[in-house]
Amino acid sequence: MADFVSGFWNAYVMVLVFLSISFCVFVLVSNMTKRPSGPVGLHDHVWDETLQEYNNPLPRWWMYMFWITIVFAIVYLSMYPGFGNNQGKLGWSAVGQWEAEQKAAAEKYGPIFAKYKGMDLNAVAADKEANAMGQRLFLTYCAQCHGADAKGAKGFPNLTDSDWLYGGEPETIKTTVLGGRMGMMPPFGPALGADGTKDVANYVRSLSGLAHDSLRAQRGKELFSQNCAACHGPEGKGTPAMGAPNLTDKTWLYGSSEATIIETVTKGRTNQMPAFQAFLGEDKVHLLAGYVLSLSKAAAPAEAQK
Amino acid sequence: MQSQTYNYKVVRQFAIMTVVWGIVGMLVGVIVAAQLVWPELNAAEWLHFGRLRPLHTNAVIFAFGGCALFATSYYCVQRTCHTRLFAPGLAAFTFWGWQLVILLAAISLPLGFTSGKEYAELEWPIDILITLVWVSYAVVFFGTVATRKTTHIYVANWFYGGFILTVALLHLVNSAEIPVSLTKSYSAYAGVQDAMIQWWYGHNAVGFFLTAGFLGMMYYFVPKQAGRPVYSYRLSVVHFWALIFTYMWAGPHHLHYTALPDWTQSIGMVFSLILLAPSWGGMINGIMTLSGAWHKLRTDPILKFLITSLSFYGMSTFEGPMMSIKTVNALSHYTDWTVGHVHSGALGWVAMVSIGAMYYLIPRMYGKTEMYSTKLITTHFWIATIGIVLYIASMWISGVMQGLMWRATNPDGTLTYSFVESVKASYPFWTIRVVGGVLFLTGMLIMFYNMVKTIAGQKPYEAPVLAPAGAHA
Repeated sequence: MADFVSGFWNAYVMVLVFLSISFCVFVLVSNMTKRPSGPVGLHDHVWDETLQEYNNPLPRWWMYMFWITIVFAIVYLSMYPGFGNNQGKLGWSAVGQWEAEQKAAAEKYGPIFAKYKGMDLNAVAADKEANAMGQRLFLTYCAQCHGADAKGAKGFPNLTDSDWLYGGEPETIKTTVLGGRMGMMPPFGPALGADGTKDVANYVRSLSGLAHDSLRAQRGKELFSQNCAACHGPEGKGTPAMGAPNLTDKTWLYGSSEATIIETVTKGRTNQMPAFQAFLGEDKVHLLAGYVLSLSKAAAPAEAQK
Repeated sequence: MQSQTYNYKVVRQFAIMTVVWGIVGMLVGVIVAAQLVWPELNAAEWLHFGRLRPLHTNAVIFAFGGCALFATSYYCVQRTCHTRLFAPGLAAFTFWGWQLVILLAAISLPLGFTSGKEYAELEWPIDILITLVWVSYAVVFFGTVATRKTTHIYVANWFYGGFILTVALLHLVNSAEIPVSLTKSYSAYAGVQDAMIQWWYGHNAVGFFLTAGFLGMMYYFVPKQAGRPVYSYRLSVVHFWALIFTYMWAGPHHLHYTALPDWTQSIGMVFSLILLAPSWGGMINGIMTLSGAWHKLRTDPILKFLITSLSFYGMSTFEGPMMSIKTVNALSHYTDWTVGHVHSGALGWVAMVSIGAMYYLIPRMYGKTEMYSTKLITTHFWIATIGIVLYIASMWISGVMQGLMWRATNPDGTLTYSFVESVKASYPFWTIRVVGGVLFLTGMLIMFYNMVKTIAGQKPYEAPVLAPAGAHA
């Protein structure tokens, strides 16, 4: 154990702990008097007319309680780390306990998840039991951002539709969960200026049939092809390989109002989905990906009807 | 010898502000409690929970509790030393300086200026002002003790003295910070050391500000109001020294199962357990002082406040050591149980003993011995007690429930409940807490009315300094 930078601090802690416990013993022992046979006398000091003190002995039960805690402290410090560098008889450490619990959990629960390891993701998505587990994992690790119903929120994608920033192929979804994603749209405010930004915003709104100023949209089209098409494509249909969203549909990560789009274009957007491979392990991610896939599959027929 | 009087002016000022700041601090407490039930109440950034919560804690601990400690310590130290307060100019400065600190806190915290240290959020210029006030406080208090007309120092003054010295040390060490602008500073410590210093401070703020100081109050006002001698001088010696020796170690129990080294956590836990007996020593000494005068509890609401406060003190100082045991802490930590524990100490012990002391003190500041209405004191007592019980009971239940929900697992090892389910399940208890808080606040408003009626039309009074009696004569 290397909690101390030098042997001095080890000794320092031991001396102070020893002194503190000894001091409690000292004040206790030096005041252990027996109850006198007659009535308990008053001290002869008087303050402020009426303030006086009896000299009752320490209550026995209270004294025993004090002794018990002192003995417990000494025993505990001999069994567990606490007395300087002394590791204690049990050899316990917080890290050791954590590792043992992790190992026990992996042995007990690991096989339950590993069962689905080789199963095709589409099959996992259709498996009732796998989905139930996937949902439980989702509610613990994913719901904070994507919501308990997986419908997302501003800046956090809806996972229950068939629209995907990086593509909805089963393996792509799994890749997203395993490795995370880092989405970054650069700011265009300085390059386009306030007016240009507004023009582009109106053009973007025109792409999905939203109300717009047609004069501005016309000017914006030119700016779009110069500044935005590299990522969002010449028609604004997006590039899933780099996570650039399709601008011609009805799905908006941050919102479709003119003000919001102007904000997006001006300041850019940076968004991150964390990676779960190291944290959860591939087996659990496999179940999660299957669950997310099942949400999207359930939505697909409904959307096709629209 | 020319007849001299005690300096009651500064006592009177602090006593009145105790009631005023009590109302303000508890009102903010009710607001933040309501914000948890109705999140829409987070109306503006400076009314947000995150900014009002530190305002609540600072207002009740340092404004309400602080004024109560100043008032009672100045009253007690003069009367038990049989001499007028030392350095009256400095004493006046402690009053106005402390009010300025409170005012600055009430402005800067809602505006979002914070050093981010719990119970020490105020920024560095205010920290310096606190230091100046506190050093002046120490000069006034210890100067009075040094010029006493008695040979022995009364037990209440040991506790007040211990509290003043330790809080000075805690404040100086924990608030060491590097300013980058007038309103922003960074802690001088980093990482786990910063956390440890913070909770060394945090727990000793509880141990010395909220315990030792108020035990001093107890040792004066309980025997005074009961008209009985203190139960045991011997017990007060043992529990005083054991208490101040062991409290210093207890901080690490706030950081169980964190990056704090194992040895520090163990020491924090065992010394917290050793603390049980020294803490109970104070409770025993206070409650047993009443032996032979139990009947007074039936008729005297001030004694009701004082003795109930000692019961809550005993309860929360039993609960604290239990919660510091690592296995118990694994369940209780980060839940409402902690909040309930704090409030059984803060409302049950600190507020109740202060309220009792103020009901004793306020009429005496105007040459009277009784408040305007004893009946209203009784009403206040029952409303406050019901409020506390609702508060603590609801937090116990929701705390244990949260702890159990967070650790519940399914057969496949996944968590049974998502976090938000535990939030949802807590709502009924948070609502009960608001009711408890409103009741307690109502009691304070009754007290305010009673105080105004007591003071109205009365002239400020200063009692003559008494000659020492008994062996001190």
